[in-house]
Amino acid sequence: MTDMNANDPLLQEVSGPSPRQILFRRVVTHNGLMFGLVVVALLALVAIFAPLLAPHDPYSQNLLMRMKPPVFLGGTWEYPLGTDHLGRDYLSRLIYGARVSLMIGAIAALISGLIGTALGVSAGYFGGRVDAAVTFLINVRLALPVVLVALAVVAVMGGSLEIVIMVLGLLLWDRFAVVMRSSTLQIRRREYVAAAQAIGASTPRVILSEIMPNIVNNLIVVVTLEMAHAILLEAALSFLGVGVQPPTPSWGLMVSEGKKMMLFDAWLVLIPGAVLFVLVLAINLMGDGLRDVTAPENRS
Amino acid sequence: MLQFILKRLMLAAIVALTVSFISFSLMFLSGDPAAALAGETASGEDIEAIRTLYGFDRPMLVQYWEWLGSALTGDLGQSYYFKLPVASLIADRLGVTMTLGLCGITFALLTAVPLGVAAAIRPNSFIDRLSLFMSVAGQAMPSFWFGLILIVVFSIKFGMLPPSGASTWKHFIMPTIVLGYYAMPAIMRLTRAGMLDVLSSDYIRTARAKGASEVRVLFKHGLRNAIIPVVSLAAVQMGFMLGGSIVVESIFALHGAGFLAWESIGRNDLPTVQALILVFAMFYIVFTFLADVLNAWLDPRMRSS
Repeated sequence: MTDMNANDPLLQEVSGPSPRQILFRRVVTHNGLMFGLVVVALLALVAIFAPLLAPHDPYSQNLLMRMKPPVFLGGTWEYPLGTDHLGRDYLSRLIYGARVSLMIGAIAALISGLIGTALGVSAGYFGGRVDAAVTFLINVRLALPVVLVALAVVAVMGGSLEIVIMVLGLLLWDRFAVVMRSSTLQIRRREYVAAAQAIGASTPRVILSEIMPNIVNNLIVVVTLEMAHAILLEAALSFLGVGVQPPTPSWGLMVSEGKKMMLFDAWLVLIPGAVLFVLVLAINLMGDGLRDVTAPENRS
Repeated sequence: MLQFILKRLMLAAIVALTVSFISFSLMFLSGDPAAALAGETASGEDIEAIRTLYGFDRPMLVQYWEWLGSALTGDLGQSYYFKLPVASLIADRLGVTMTLGLCGITFALLTAVPLGVAAAIRPNSFIDRLSLFMSVAGQAMPSFWFGLILIVVFSIKFGMLPPSGASTWKHFIMPTIVLGYYAMPAIMRLTRAGMLDVLSSDYIRTARAKGASEVRVLFKHGLRNAIIPVVSLAAVQMGFMLGGSIVVESIFALHGAGFLAWESIGRNDLPTVQALILVFAMFYIVFTFLADVLNAWLDPRMRSS
């Protein structure tokens, strides 16, 4: 099989498009997915290359240049999106804010993904008491009001990027556990799992090489949704004043700082909120789209 | 059925107990609650005095046991800041939050269910796309930002609605929309999916075949079956919304329990924060319990699991 050339026109004619080609076609024809992928990729590039892209230092204050309006409201190109109440360039702060949001989203989703997947897969695979214990943990976690607990913990331990990431990572694993549990339950009774068990494969091996590859699609979908969730929560916490602390450029914090001047300069609130909205929208559309193209039967 | 209720009640009680332990132990996260309470400028003696005054010098489990015992009798401790019993403090504020929660869920149901049904009747139509768009946008909308936009438009620009406070029904309009929109996407998606599922079933075809009017088919046979999971989702969402009302209450300065939580966190008033976490968690537990019982009552298949 391996020495056959996949590009051989004769072979293509016989076999039709390969699964990979079918998947590729589905991806590029899915508008929501393409929009999500492009926007997330762009913002990720902006976050990575922030020092190159930002026209000014996001922390440097210039009190002579306070509250300059953006270009489209009569400002100058020196500060394309204007300056805030401390004279800091708004565009530069937005660009560095992308770093904060994406980093928090990605790391929090990674932590909660590890916890939730471990719990959910063991519950689905072992069943019985393990399942009962994990289901109980999920129930307890769901009963805790996320915003309030996160607020309390951050307030007690002090607000910093690391603590916000840890708190969100430790709180947002519930959906991972629920989805991974039910996905594993569906796979566990398949013949190939039984076959692997019959030839004496160890439990970790069965889970890693038989179960995981078959549920990884669902996992990726939950990763994107929880990443969006974490980004929104960080912004809300920072908005309430107990998330990322000033002068770190966080979009939620920018909205909160702009709130005081909202009466005359609504753009201070509108711009960072709009960027946040677009990023979360893009991540969600990416997640929904990935589910559509990889597992169309799970569409709701 | 009775067996199901008893089993479910047991589970709810154990979950509640675990949650109470977690909310109690949150206080000890800082390492030393006495030092946290005394503040950064306190001397060593002040901290020790506070430690004995509030009983922090005893083992944590003993403290938890006492706290739990008094919590069960309705005594949630004394607020450090207000110097009042936490229970009466929360009871005073809960009215606003409950009103807001009820208005929010009503608003969500009144918009999401008709849109979901309309979308399911005509898949891929304009209304289907509109409702999809609204639910996708709703999931991505930061609620604090949405609230501020409403204030900019309706309070500042048009001067139609008051931006903050809770004295008249007008004060509740914008908070209701913000909180309700948060719960709407999930309800709409579930209504649409449920209706689509029901409308393709055999008994709907039978109803149509025997000549029942379309209205009767859609509402008596269709919606009545599709709405069952929606009702339990709404109960769960209500639990989430009460916990999430903290953001909305802080934007619109509605002095409810969420606002109290925000104030107490800023003032290091740990007994109040602990008690609020417990109260919100209890609401969630009660709502999900009611939802499960309702589900089991309406659909006997649910009783076995």
